[in-house]
Amino acid sequence: MDDLTREFLLESYENLDRLDQDFVKLETEPGNLELLKSIFRTIHTIKGTCGFLGFSKLETLAHAGENLLSLLRDGHLNLTSEITTALLAMVDAVRQMLGSIDTVGNEGERDDQALLATLTQLLQPKDAKPQPGKTPEPQPAELTREANIEEILVKQKTAKAVDVYDAVQQQQQGDPRHVGEILVEKGSVKPHDVLETLNLQQQARAASTSDSTIRVEVSQLDRLMNRVGELVLLRNQILQFSNSTEDSGLLATSQRLNLITTELQEGVMKTRMQPIGNIWSKFPRTVRDVATSCGKKVRIEMEGKETELDKTIIEAIKDPLTHIVRNSVDHGIETPEKRLAAGKPAEGRLLLRAYHEGGQVNIEISDDGAGLDLEKIKRKAVEKGAITADHAARMSEREAANLTFLPGLSTAEKVTNVSGRGVGMDVVRTNIDKIGGTVDVQSKSGIGTTVRMKIPLTLAIIPALIVTNRGDRYAIPQISLLELVRLEGEEAQKRIESVQGAPVYRLRGRLLPLVYLDRQLRPEATNEKAATSAVVNIVVLQADERQFGLVVDEINDTEEIVVKPLGKQLKGIKSFAGSTIMGDGRVALILDVLGLAQSANVVGESRERTLSEKEAGAATMGGQKQTMLLLQCGAGGRVAMELSLVARLEEFKPGAIEKAGDRQVVQYRGEIMPLIRIAEILRLPECETHGDGSDMTQVVVYSKDGRSVGLVVDRILDIVEESFVRQQPSKRDGLFGSAVIQQKVTDLLDVHSLIRTAIPSFFEGQPAHQEQ
Amino acid sequence: MASAQQFCTFFINKQFFAVPVQQVQEVIRYQEMTCVPLVPPVIRGLINLRGQIVVAFDLRRRLGYPDRPEDQLPMNVVVRADGETVSFLVDEIGDVIEVEEDCAEHPPETLQGKARGLVRAVYKLRDQLMLVLDTERAVTGEESSVNAN
Repeated sequence: MDDLTREFLLESYENLDRLDQDFVKLETEPGNLELLKSIFRTIHTIKGTCGFLGFSKLETLAHAGENLLSLLRDGHLNLTSEITTALLAMVDAVRQMLGSIDTVGNEGERDDQALLATLTQLLQPKDAKPQPGKTPEPQPAELTREANIEEILVKQKTAKAVDVYDAVQQQQQGDPRHVGEILVEKGSVKPHDVLETLNLQQQARAASTSDSTIRVEVSQLDRLMNRVGELVLLRNQILQFSNSTEDSGLLATSQRLNLITTELQEGVMKTRMQPIGNIWSKFPRTVRDVATSCGKKVRIEMEGKETELDKTIIEAIKDPLTHIVRNSVDHGIETPEKRLAAGKPAEGRLLLRAYHEGGQVNIEISDDGAGLDLEKIKRKAVEKGAITADHAARMSEREAANLTFLPGLSTAEKVTNVSGRGVGMDVVRTNIDKIGGTVDVQSKSGIGTTVRMKIPLTLAIIPALIVTNRGDRYAIPQISLLELVRLEGEEAQKRIESVQGAPVYRLRGRLLPLVYLDRQLRPEATNEKAATSAVVNIVVLQADERQFGLVVDEINDTEEIVVKPLGKQLKGIKSFAGSTIMGDGRVALILDVLGLAQSANVVGESRERTLSEKEAGAATMGGQKQTMLLLQCGAGGRVAMELSLVARLEEFKPGAIEKAGDRQVVQYRGEIMPLIRIAEILRLPECETHGDGSDMTQVVVYSKDGRSVGLVVDRILDIVEESFVRQQPSKRDGLFGSAVIQQKVTDLLDVHSLIRTAIPSFFEGQPAHQEQ
Repeated sequence: MASAQQFCTFFINKQFFAVPVQQVQEVIRYQEMTCVPLVPPVIRGLINLRGQIVVAFDLRRRLGYPDRPEDQLPMNVVVRADGETVSFLVDEIGDVIEVEEDCAEHPPETLQGKARGLVRAVYKLRDQLMLVLDTERAVTGEESSVNAN
């Protein structure tokens, strides 16, 4: 392909992208003449150039579009949705042909007769305006609009408008001289001022054209980036070297080198940064198309368009974002009828937000639609066998919303070509995971859904922790690093315990599953070493919302590393994310924390992974912590309940407990609150020292819909944040089962079923009579 | 009129091998390697080739020969194969030689074992035979690829 054609393609692609936006904007402001003119110019330029390059099909099509546009521009036609659709179709066809020219060198075998016919037919105004189809030729003056010297003179207050007007008149009447010359001769301006103004005009021209920017191939930037990466490594090497010398000259020089390298690195990184608006700009069109195809009205709003991200990341999040946007329009936002019925404006609103926060970029996509149908999602997930019904009932709203990331789960009523095929959200999560980001869904019924992503700024150079295993160094991206734990001497042997052979460490009361790097990397190796080493280094890592400890031989240092992709031959290994070159020039592998966690079964594969934490915790070896209230009920009865179910902890004097019917009650906040003795319900032996009237009565208050019930316990033991494995499901009412918490067997209280057993009517009827 | 082709030659276990010179990026002496766990033994490690990280394949292991003695350091023949730059570890580097196309022959049917799929052609030189390696096959195939674990 020759340079001219390439240039034409590049330029046309850019123009077409702008066209999409312009058209959609035009629909909202049909009277905007400037927009129309801009669209017209773009199409005209494409038509002109392809005529010149001999792409006749393209020319014909662009010409048909141009004709239609010129009628619109001159007000002979009014913009209708029909016309917009036809014009957009024309833009698409043009884009396809350009693509074909790009790949195979010609316009391709296309039949655009139908489209051409539509475009021509639309030329006839429906409301028969008496303007026969004359196609006005484009006016060249409009095509190149630059600041006139006259305008600048007046603006700068160098000359009076009247004088300038006169001079222009004179020129038009045949005076061959320049306006400036006429003015100088008349004495209304000084020659010096005219010169200055001419300079200004030059500058204005320079700024208005693309002289201040240049196009650079991305591959060129990548190469530059690689070189800078090497320089960074070299710098690290020299710093290492200079630290071991006394030479102050070398020290000073290497410090400067350090500084300049850092600046250079930042500078090059900056060239790769792109505003997120670059991908967002396609969304108005996407939203329009999807909304039109499902009969909805959606307005798209953007905040933080200028937020910058590395090019590779921009590329990586493009598809996931598009998917979420389409999803939001397709089944987030309701039809106008439904919206009106729900008391919302007929037009839905889709808000895209992006902002920097803590070295990351947050992206939010929120709609004001109906929100996710959490019950339906849960039902689906249960049907698919991803979660148990019991578990679904106990799920928090947020957990339920995040079930949408399960593979194969779709809640769309019917499958459309837009979404609802059950592929998508899980792919979105996988793609975001891949670049080290996170994604989360929140939904409020009737109010809307928000998808929130956290994305790292760049992937090319990252801070990493260097660790050693058997003399080989490995880099762990700092983004997954939580803390470091070092156990020495006796502790090293004592503090690592085992749950059925799975090593764990108690980190501030929580069980942290341990993964030995050596065993992961050399599965054939025996565990001869783990037992004997005097020092245990644990790197506490976060993978997919779960924590685990990676045991390594040595923890070295943190370093900025340049991420290099692994060769094709090594791509299949999940445990490695890439490679890098260390300060001494040797290669080190970068560990893939998520992959490592998966191959060590700390987190399951996709399906398991998105299970709620409790279940997954039980299924693997218990990673997720839970906050539990530990209680003593009856003699030796040790039970635990979720802290989130506790409204308050209260003490009542024995005299405060009264009787109502056959039930014990207390007056609590102006209400009569029934009391339930947990020990009685669970038929635990009565405790002798407590609860016999000498002490205060300890009550855990549970509230629901403004009604409260007090659970009488003998003692409140502790609040623990712990991960535990639930064992032995219970057949007794009021218990989920038991688990080992703080090394003691503890019954897990099923508060709902307990209350239901004691007061069957508690969860039914009875509207709340007083808000608490 | 037969055309001539240039080959970069090397020795593996005293055998005379070659790859077309166009595929060779460079030949360098032994480089320190970082070994990669969880890979087939054919992949000996990663080397830093002026900032570019390349995978080193041990052709002795690929061809099923015994490992070279401890004190003998391999040489790197850096080639472009399968769309990537990789390094072949060989025992010794020979000359770049120009050979007439018409002294090439298909490898004999009796050539068996691991070398069978890897030798693309046999060139009959005056005093010895030169085996031309199929670089693509050397880096792909079961022996050289990682099974996702």
